[in-house]
Amino acid sequence: MSERTAEAATRLPQVQEETGYADHPPRMGFFTDTSVCIGCKACEVACKEWNQLPADDPLEFTGMSFDNTGQLSASTWRHVAFIEQRKPMRAPTGAGDDGAGDLRLLMASDVCKHCTDAACLDVCPTGSLLRTEFGTVVVQEDVCNGCGYCVSACPYGVLDKRERDGRVWKCTLCYDRLVDDLTPACAKACPTESIQYGPLDELLERAAARVRDLHEDGVTDARLYGHDPADGVRGNGAFFLLLDRPEVYGLPPAPMDTTRDLPSIWRHAAAAALTLAAGVAAAFALERR
Amino acid sequence: MNTPYPAAGNGRADGRAGGHGVVAEKEFASYYDRPILKPPTWKASNIAGYLYLGGLAGASSVLAAGGELTGRPRLARASRVAAVAGVSLSLAALIEDLGRPERFVNMLRTFKPTSPMSVGTWLLSAYTPLAVAGLASDLTGRCPALGRAAGYGAALLGPAVTTYTAALLSDTAVPAWHEGHRELPFLFAGSAAATAAGFALIATPLAENGPARRAALAGTAVELVAGRLMRRRMGMIADAYELGSAGALMRAAETLAVAGAAGTLLSRRRRALAVASGAALMAASAFVRFGVFAAGVASTEDPRYTVVPQRARASAPPHHPG
Ligand code: SF4
Ligand code: SF4
Repeated sequence: MSERTAEAATRLPQVQEETGYADHPPRMGFFTDTSVCIGCKACEVACKEWNQLPADDPLEFTGMSFDNTGQLSASTWRHVAFIEQRKPMRAPTGAGDDGAGDLRLLMASDVCKHCTDAACLDVCPTGSLLRTEFGTVVVQEDVCNGCGYCVSACPYGVLDKRERDGRVWKCTLCYDRLVDDLTPACAKACPTESIQYGPLDELLERAAARVRDLHEDGVTDARLYGHDPADGVRGNGAFFLLLDRPEVYGLPPAPMDTTRDLPSIWRHAAAAALTLAAGVAAAFALERR
Repeated sequence: MNTPYPAAGNGRADGRAGGHGVVAEKEFASYYDRPILKPPTWKASNIAGYLYLGGLAGASSVLAAGGELTGRPRLARASRVAAVAGVSLSLAALIEDLGRPERFVNMLRTFKPTSPMSVGTWLLSAYTPLAVAGLASDLTGRCPALGRAAGYGAALLGPAVTTYTAALLSDTAVPAWHEGHRELPFLFAGSAAATAAGFALIATPLAENGPARRAALAGTAVELVAGRLMRRRMGMIADAYELGSAGALMRAAETLAVAGAAGTLLSRRRRALAVASGAALMAASAFVRFGVFAAGVASTEDPRYTVVPQRARASAPPHHPG
């Protein structure tokens, strides 16, 4: 496979055009390179601060390594996962090299994926969920009526309802900062550039190069996640470099926007409706009087 | 080595022809066994109730039209009452479940064919006034022609009212709902027919309930077959329907459905038995909805239902050459 096709395969759709924006900035997003994450949670804190997010209650110690946040939620839009493994960081390069120890601590900052095919946006009955001119997906809190449909539609378990508030909330990719040409709070705060913000095309190129470098260094576990326009959501506006299988980080291995099946879903619902009508009609027609 | 997506580093199941169980053993991994998906925010009483009552309403409108057309006024009236009661309570449950009930009308600020909830809201907005007008005309005796026309209109929309809710559940990432998208509407249609017929068996005299008996039997048969087929088709996800409270509800539903159908068969001349059978069928149908709801919730709470089927897909050879 030539270099060229490899690059061609990693361009994500300019989804703004599909939405109907005639004139728009390039599609912006996140590349989260977990191989340089140090687990400082600056992103979690910066996100909470900028977006003025309330605390998740109750505060508790989970026993899950350094992760006491637990998950993305209505009030936590960045979540750093910690995974302790009895495994060398990289393959040994020869006799006498132990492959950089026999323990590794994987850390990864998770976030809304800003999917190309966003199930949350498809199913929202109020039009509260919206595609922005940057290609990101945001909830309009003045429209959302808290029906919760998007919560069950998201294949990544990102969205959730804030109970006392009644509405759903999630990462906005700092839309309010983007319109002023500012970097999202998490990317700005990240001290190692594990979270990189920019035009997706650039980020994808950088990510492919990073994977190549890591492989050359013997970190053969490195792989991208969410970068592929051929996947079940046509790629993510926030994609990742992971060092293990996605499910190890709590990410679905092959997520899908179920609206893809909607034609089949409606067909079966229509067939069942016709069956009901015909069945009841037959129940009347079969009468012997 | 420029492929950005190398084969999974550890425990790749190359000989994974043996079905889900084998994959599960070799390949399953998770983040501290935590769920990947968020459980539905919906309350069981509201949303399972909404599914059930919507089914009762939609199928009752069809029975009412049949009663009207074949000269069974008491069947027609009882079914009209069931339809209006069903759809009113169903809407009330739906609204009660919103985080911001006063914003229900926001559902009507747009029409989105990609959202079964949007389609359903519009459907109910068209159906409800028709059902109410049909009943009002019947009870007051005013505008009979218009009332009948409204009733037929409600009967045309009724079947869709019973099955769109299956589309609503299926168009989610919830494994037990999405993977059942082919059979779920038939399960709902069958159980709606059985419950509407069950109500008619309770509320109408023997002389008029022949069609209800047959609809009850046919509906129960569809309900039972669709439920079994669905579980057989969905592989390991069927566990969500067989274990825990969902399993108990689904088993109770089957038992009640079989008992109700048997009673219906024998109830041609026994009014009391018809009433008891109708009640059993209605209960069976309600249990089905609560069972389906519980299975969906259970399938979001255990990451296995997300990871195992998706891993089987993801581990299939990539479609572009490395
Ligand atoms: S990750 Fe979930 S919430 Fe975010 S855009 Fe995709 S479907 Fe919507
Ligand atoms: S909860 Fe709000 S954002 Fe989500 S689908 Fe309902 S109205 Fe849309």
